Amino acid sequence: MANLTMIEAIREAMEQEMEKDDRIIILGEDVGKNGGVFRATEGLQAKFGEDRVMDTPLAESAIIGTSIGLSINGFRPVAEIQFLGFIYETMDQIAAQAARIRFRSAGRFTVPMVIRSPYGGGIRTPELHSDSLEALFLHSPGLKVVIPSNPYDAKGLLISAMRDDNPVLFLEPMPLYRAFRMEVPEEPYEVPIGKANVVREGDDVTIVTWGAPVKLVQKVAEESAKKGISVEVIDLRTIQPIDLETIVQSVEKTSRLIIVHEAVKSGGVGGEIAALVSEYALFSLASPILRVTGYDTPYPVPPIEDDWLPNAPRIEKAINKVMSY
Amino acid sequence: MFDENDLKHEFVQLLSEDGIVKNEGIPQLSNETLIELYEWMVKMRLFDEKMLRLQRQGRIGTYAPFSGQEAAQIGSAFALEKDDWIFPSYRELAAMMVHGYPMKQIILYTMGNLKGSQTPKDLNVFPVQIIIAAQTLHAAGCAIASKLKGEKHVTVSYFGDGATSQGDFHEALNIASVNKAPAIFFCSNNHWAISVPLQKQTASKTIAQKAVAYGMKGIQVDGNDILAVYQVMKDAVEQCRNGEGPILIEAVTYRQGPHTTADDPTRYRNDDEVKDWIERRDPLKRFYTFLQKKGLIDEGYESEIKKKFTEDIDRAVAEAEAVAQPTTDEAFDYVYDKPHKLLAEQKREVQRFLAAKEGNGHG
Ligand SMILES: Cc1ncc(C[n+]2csc(CCOP(=O)(O)OP(=O)(O)O)c2C)c(N)n1
Repeated sequence: MANLTMIEAIREAMEQEMEKDDRIIILGEDVGKNGGVFRATEGLQAKFGEDRVMDTPLAESAIIGTSIGLSINGFRPVAEIQFLGFIYETMDQIAAQAARIRFRSAGRFTVPMVIRSPYGGGIRTPELHSDSLEALFLHSPGLKVVIPSNPYDAKGLLISAMRDDNPVLFLEPMPLYRAFRMEVPEEPYEVPIGKANVVREGDDVTIVTWGAPVKLVQKVAEESAKKGISVEVIDLRTIQPIDLETIVQSVEKTSRLIIVHEAVKSGGVGGEIAALVSEYALFSLASPILRVTGYDTPYPVPPIEDDWLPNAPRIEKAINKVMSY
Repeated sequence: MFDENDLKHEFVQLLSEDGIVKNEGIPQLSNETLIELYEWMVKMRLFDEKMLRLQRQGRIGTYAPFSGQEAAQIGSAFALEKDDWIFPSYRELAAMMVHGYPMKQIILYTMGNLKGSQTPKDLNVFPVQIIIAAQTLHAAGCAIASKLKGEKHVTVSYFGDGATSQGDFHEALNIASVNKAPAIFFCSNNHWAISVPLQKQTASKTIAQKAVAYGMKGIQVDGNDILAVYQVMKDAVEQCRNGEGPILIEAVTYRQGPHTTADDPTRYRNDDEVKDWIERRDPLKRFYTFLQKKGLIDEGYESEIKKKFTEDIDRAVAEAEAVAQPTTDEAFDYVYDKPHKLLAEQKREVQRFLAAKEGNGHG
């Protein structure tokens, strides 16, 4: 075991898979010599050469569109979009092309590619660097959307993503890249896509979350425990497909559900989870389902970020509210 | 300073509009091959006309006819080898068929059957693209892959003049050129993007010259001159196989019919223009005259092959119509390699719903 940060775990996942499978190639802006703006691909070009770690022109649609062509002709590209806010540039190539090719060709062509992108708020980036846009892709059949919240999951989920025969969007919470270290096995391993993780067991309230807020919610849960409220925390890990079973099981036990996410509230993944739980477990509920999320504004300027993002007081308030029914 | 007026605008044409050899560079093709090319043109024209009739009879869905563009499509696809790749647009059905895509499946596609887009396993043809210019990037990536693998295959993407205004087109030329990818960008400039004429699409004199900005070769060819198209394409393929990088080909041609069966071109096109392209510049007439002067074909031969091809096409239509309609639950099978739980549940829901419907006798 090695004690790794999330960014180190991500790099290790890519390095180990590239060693095993020479169909894997990395491409994106600044991924080569520079090793990516967050250094996720540091040293990989030196080790694997320019054919396998390719600096591309500054063109996001081209990065994804060419990755599709590479996939169809035998490769397994791992494309980097420098920041998730730039993903709009690629919307057609991801949602209308990569995600649909298996369907459109009735299975003849498939796109086994991974799209990695740093995302998420709280670190004072310029505009359009911090947006949480995962809901756009929940609404795009044919894709998988994966979000790790710790170094162990990051390595295992990314390895699973690289071995998956479907296009996988792999979103890396920026504030977690170097936030903490964790024991990570040295050998490659998989954390299954589509399986949520119950990171804390509890009896009174279920909180479903993913990405950076997982740590925050765990902290709030610890505080609540001191006040006698037992919170179960689920790290969803995969946005598409959603692990409804784990959520429903938990709600049947606790009878209360809160969803915490950074993305704006309207049309967010939280709304989807609430709807699913009302379809599948309505009569287990003892209170309304609440969402603690970003507000329905564009991602704000740095001085107000912290009040905009879900924070401990807002989550505590939601817990008190569902407990008061 | 770069001045557009300094650019050389060469226009490759081997046969004049009346089918007379204009240029010494005529490709050395056997008589059989020349006839084969012509037969493809006749067959594809008949096919296109048949599809229009089927659409009017409600037997297929919306259809985008290609009559007038046969020389561009057939001449170019004919210059490829079996393992080369094609990424077509919705209008490039003739190029697909020349490259080996079964006619029956093309018809199935027009009928809205998923199986129509399921390219046979040993064929490198991508399903038709609806999003304008998206396929140019897929082709760039596919060509880069061939280069990385050390294979000599060439990748062609087909698109119209309208596509050259899209960002993807420019990104594709750029990334292909930077990587010296064996990619051919084949623009069928048919002068119209639905109702928008070429002058409103681009202010540059030619589409071919757009290549210059990306450091690659561009060439403009008479797209209604099948021999010129074939020769230009053959050279481009060779350039790609030699590792000299990508090339942009602009084939100047004309769509004789509507944009699709849902379009009324009389709203935006002037009759004289259409008449001129149909009566004076039709690619089939030109090649027919050339072959007739060479003594290779005559009217009797022409009516004979038309009869045969009509039968072939009717047979393909009958075969396509005999294929079972796509089922609703089939739609779920191709979204992921294995359907995940919620999707599988939706599939079961459809099945239950349909079973109940049949049970009620409303099937
Ligand atoms: C991205 C996108 N925008 C608009 C359309 C609608 N549309 C379909 S065909 C077409 C014109 C395309 O013209 P051109 O590229 O010249 O090809 P042609 O139809 O002449 O072969 C338009 C606007 C589309 N399919 N995709």
